[in-house]
Amino acid sequence: MRTETKRIIKRLLRNPSAVLGFSLLIFFTLVAIFAPIICPPQSYNPYMIPIATWDKTPQPPTAEHPFGIIDGRDIFYGVVWGTRTAFKVGLIVTLVSTLIGLLIGSVAGYFGGWLDEVLMRITDIFLSIPYILAAIVVTAFLGMGLNKVMISLIMFGWMATARLIRGNILQVREEQYVLAARALGVNDYLVILRHVLPNTIFPVIIQATMRIGSLVITAAALSFLGLGAPIGYADWGSLLNFARNWLLGSSGEAFKYWYAIVYPGVAMVLFVLAWNLVGDALRDVFDPRLRG
Amino acid sequence: MAAYIIRRFLLLPLILFGISLIVFGMIQSLGSDRLLAAYVNPGLLDKLTPNQLEKIKEKYGLKDPMVVRYAKWLKNTLTGDLGWSVVGKEPVKNAILNRLPWTVELALYSIIPVVFVGVWLGIVAAVNRDKFVDHFVRIFAVVGWSFPDFVFGLIVLMIFYSMLGWFPPGNLSFWADVVVKSPEFKRFTSLVTIDALLNGRFDIFVDALQHMVAPILTLSWLWWAYLLRITRSSMLEVLTKEYIRTARAKGLAENVVIHKHARKNAMIPVITVGGGMVIQLFAGTVIVEMVFNRTGMGSFTAVAATQLDYASIMASTLFYSLILVIGNLVIDILYAAVDPRIRFS
Repeated sequence: MRTETKRIIKRLLRNPSAVLGFSLLIFFTLVAIFAPIICPPQSYNPYMIPIATWDKTPQPPTAEHPFGIIDGRDIFYGVVWGTRTAFKVGLIVTLVSTLIGLLIGSVAGYFGGWLDEVLMRITDIFLSIPYILAAIVVTAFLGMGLNKVMISLIMFGWMATARLIRGNILQVREEQYVLAARALGVNDYLVILRHVLPNTIFPVIIQATMRIGSLVITAAALSFLGLGAPIGYADWGSLLNFARNWLLGSSGEAFKYWYAIVYPGVAMVLFVLAWNLVGDALRDVFDPRLRG
Repeated sequence: MAAYIIRRFLLLPLILFGISLIVFGMIQSLGSDRLLAAYVNPGLLDKLTPNQLEKIKEKYGLKDPMVVRYAKWLKNTLTGDLGWSVVGKEPVKNAILNRLPWTVELALYSIIPVVFVGVWLGIVAAVNRDKFVDHFVRIFAVVGWSFPDFVFGLIVLMIFYSMLGWFPPGNLSFWADVVVKSPEFKRFTSLVTIDALLNGRFDIFVDALQHMVAPILTLSWLWWAYLLRITRSSMLEVLTKEYIRTARAKGLAENVVIHKHARKNAMIPVITVGGGMVIQLFAGTVIVEMVFNRTGMGSFTAVAATQLDYASIMASTLFYSLILVIGNLVIDILYAAVDPRIRFS
């Protein structure tokens, strides 16, 4: 096993895009961990960007506010603490929705019959509402806010995992070692947990990694629409929402508010890029057949 | 295969029923007090006595059992009565009919650049595997896929509107809007570019297109990245096949081998993905219409959601889902038509 791990790490290190992905992830993790040191919070809720000035007009970067000011708030503070928001949303939503998908998919695949039919039809129904639309509508009904965004993303985020794991289980179920375990009288749940899941889990992990990026985009899109994080919350999507309002009335004033878009935008693209690169790299290592 | 498609057709009503249950359930979970806002001017709500409130609830059937209310709603929906849209200040049906053509037009025009450029890039990359072009295109694909549509849209807006002033936000310029709404401008198709041409107003046609370039570019960008990846890997796989080697051994020109023999076979997975993409493109208009301040189904839905306009939310969710479900069905049928291996299995 140890040589196997070594081989995988070696393979990852030889792939430049994987190295880039992991380095970016490490960088963002460090920023998230050291956010209180980089930008000391000024109120009891560190996620609220402190008000720098009561003048709402955007102000270009200065030494004191390196990324500029929008809506009276320091963009640098928002970008740094927004890293934590992005990690929180991406990881929690992916983890919970993957677990739900695992549960539903493995029950459907393992037991089969009418239970499978019912669960898969429910999956079909949830898949029939476009993701971004479902997220918008559910968040609106739950009453807006970041937690509500996460709940709605989880509610409509488990189906791909469920389908994947069900398909894999249908394959594994017929394998000799599962038949042997069942013949020995091992409890169904134990068979799933001990024998079936470990042999089908890698594709699920890869899929989950590749989903984190698009999840963070969707969550930020909701904040951008004004449904997600409250005004002034350190969130890349809400920073961009401020920028949009100023941009729409700015014909002829070339790049006047560039800092309001570029800094949060670049943070977001790099964050998503990091997860996509890592996902690609994991897929290449564990499932070389899919390599593009 | 026929049996499979028939099964899909039979499941269609079941799925639509399920979707309506989800959406209806969400609305009901709000409780009758919040639902009152759909019937009474919110400013008045505080001034009414609890007794009066109860009466209003009874009048609009808010106290009926859930099943009765669902049946009522279903009956109204099926007969085309979708309720009153607070956001549109008109019946939901009219609000949707007025906005839908803008979105359809945007999505239709986007398909052309998305498919042609995406597939072309994918083929170029596959044919030049591991050369400079290939690396360049692949980097573009990974970076492009990581770009949120609204961030890209804002950058497009910044460059082409703020800086160059070429492509303004909105649907039409003010003067063009006035002309389009005037009685002299006959609406044949309700798609404004086509109507403009039929009316002989080339200036309006150009104006409408000018407003569409930036959103189309934004919608395309993301899908280029996606489609080119699929095309590239499918093409690479086909290029290793025996019949390609045979074609080359026969002495056919490389051009013929690639475009006549390989491309056709490489298109099969692209069709499935591409079909799903067209549907996703439709959903993508929600964000793009908001970024570029356009009137359409997408921005209507987003605004309805932020303002809790229940009737509009319900109708547009059902509408988008209908497109998704029927679209997927059509793709499956097309897929079977293209690939004989599926048709005869």
